[in-house]
Amino acid sequence: MSELAITTPPTATPASSAAAPGACAVAVSVKGLAKRYGEVEAVRGIDFEVRGGEIFGFLGPNGAGKSTTINMLCTLVRPTDGSALVAGHDVVSERDDVRRNIGLVFQDTTLDGYLSAEQNLRLHAELYGVPRELVGERMRQVMEMVGLWERRASLVNTFSGGMKRRLEIARGLLHSPRVLFLDEPTVGLDPQTRSSIWRYIRELKAREDITIFLTTHYMDEAEYCDRIAIMDQGRIIVLDTPEALKAKVGKDRVQIETDDDQAAIAALRKRFGIDATVAEGMVTFGVLEGEHFVPRLFDEWDPAHPPIRSVSVARPSLDDVFMSYTGTTIRDAESTSTDRMRNVARMMAR
Amino acid sequence: MAARTTAPAAGGSVDGAHVTPPAPGASQAGGGHEIARVRVPTRSARGELRAIKVVWKRELIRFSRDRLRILTSLMQPFLFLFVLGTGLSRLASAGTHGVNLRTFVYPGVLCMAVMFTAMFSAASLVWDREFGFLREMMVAPVRRSSLVLGKCFGGATVAGFQGVIVLCLAGLVGVPYALGLMAAIFALQLLLAFAITAFGVMVAARITQMQSFMALMQMAIMPMFFLSGALFPVSGLPQWLAILNRLDPLTYAVDPMRRAVFAHLHISAAARRALDPGVTWFGWHVPSLVEAAVVGVLGLAMLAIAIVQFSRAE
Repeated sequence: MSELAITTPPTATPASSAAAPGACAVAVSVKGLAKRYGEVEAVRGIDFEVRGGEIFGFLGPNGAGKSTTINMLCTLVRPTDGSALVAGHDVVSERDDVRRNIGLVFQDTTLDGYLSAEQNLRLHAELYGVPRELVGERMRQVMEMVGLWERRASLVNTFSGGMKRRLEIARGLLHSPRVLFLDEPTVGLDPQTRSSIWRYIRELKAREDITIFLTTHYMDEAEYCDRIAIMDQGRIIVLDTPEALKAKVGKDRVQIETDDDQAAIAALRKRFGIDATVAEGMVTFGVLEGEHFVPRLFDEWDPAHPPIRSVSVARPSLDDVFMSYTGTTIRDAESTSTDRMRNVARMMAR
Repeated sequence: MAARTTAPAAGGSVDGAHVTPPAPGASQAGGGHEIARVRVPTRSARGELRAIKVVWKRELIRFSRDRLRILTSLMQPFLFLFVLGTGLSRLASAGTHGVNLRTFVYPGVLCMAVMFTAMFSAASLVWDREFGFLREMMVAPVRRSSLVLGKCFGGATVAGFQGVIVLCLAGLVGVPYALGLMAAIFALQLLLAFAITAFGVMVAARITQMQSFMALMQMAIMPMFFLSGALFPVSGLPQWLAILNRLDPLTYAVDPMRRAVFAHLHISAAARRALDPGVTWFGWHVPSLVEAAVVGVLGLAMLAIAIVQFSRAE
């Protein structure tokens, strides 16, 4: 894989093919990175590495510090502490080198709605200094990839949200970046469009020699990543492949619905030695081989306990991973972190 | 793995086309070989020029799409020239020594048309920020100064175009279509267009909301217009007005333009003295070139401030 990735670009000097393997090994390297907005510590000293060619996901509730991190890596926000190398360049001292080697897709659209799709891309090519003789072909390539080549002459204002996002992905790729950053690429899109965006991302990984770094707060989407880092309250809690993370949890998730959750939790502890909590309005706990546990649960459930209305058993998901490390589900974390996020937003607006 | 055929286009073609490959990667691969540590010439003059040009071109594309804006911004000069000019000329005929009032206010009205268009061009920067497009430009690997320059040139071109439309009306208000005169007015209005756009861009660097920006610009532009002597001769004014007039930058755009117009009119010496006295500083008649320089220097100063402000922004 890595050998194939070194294919020499025809326009590059021989030295750049020698550079490729070194650059490919580590796409992003972060040490002690921190960002503080006044009193608010948005990112509290994180360390991680992203390997060349992988899809790396940053997972966490809103306000966890994902966007701040991505903004620091994109040279848009200056870190208050620590350092980061992106495509081999320091994000503070070699800002322009970083910028020419990365592609960006933000949460909010950054297209000019009064220009056509093609004009938006041409403008980007000019700003990034893409060689003129390559612009036409490259533009066709990226637009065909996201299925917008036929619509190239249309004004961007006439595009739907999903089309705009696709166009932005195409634009982010136009200058052949080594790392593509996608900040919540599917937020605010309907499920169908979301899955099509993911199809493009995966296709992209197969076709281009590129590292993809994305943030998401959708657990199901994180499954598509090669590796994920779970972030909460400005820290990276755990970093591994989705499979490994789920294997670590091991237990199945059982949720039961009762009339008296507290009594049920007490009963579970007393009778089965299980620590349960209330999550998403249900008594929730993890057990090995949940499907075998359920019959036992009913056999041994005392009629004096509050009756069980429903039971569900689920294989470990990333939600459980998140829960086992933070003690809360990502959806519950969202609501508690809203205040924190508002604070950060207020600081950023200044 | 046939899919890999697209790889050549990927991986540093931007760098590759110019000179050198991404250097630090090379140094890692070479295990500390100092030779490989060639700095990528991150910024080339050619790259910056392309950036300036494309930002400029975007202004033109957007302006040409917006026909309504071209029409509406012509509305005001028409009202001033043909309605106000015609109506007031009946009152003012005694004071103008036989010179048509429309001819007299023409330079001022042309300046106003240019100012409003330039202001709207600068305002688009505030929209760009609101609609996110500014971010796309700000993260590009080019100097912020290139972006600001492109924007100012774009605004100046668009406003200059608007000025040319008003210039075409010259004959209707008794201003002769003399080549030298047209060239002088064209150059002056282009200079003004540039200065006003720079002013607007400077303000837009700080003001992030469209409503505040528009209110502020109106507040700056209307007094500038009225104090400039666009509608009255600048001699024999009460002292307070004379001082404010000399402090108004627009004075130094309107006055040389009026001098150029009057130089091409066949009128009595008395009329010339009354209507085209020229701006004085403590009794010294300021030459047209110095006046133009005042506008140019102010424009450059505001451009410099705008560049500094945008370069600082994260």
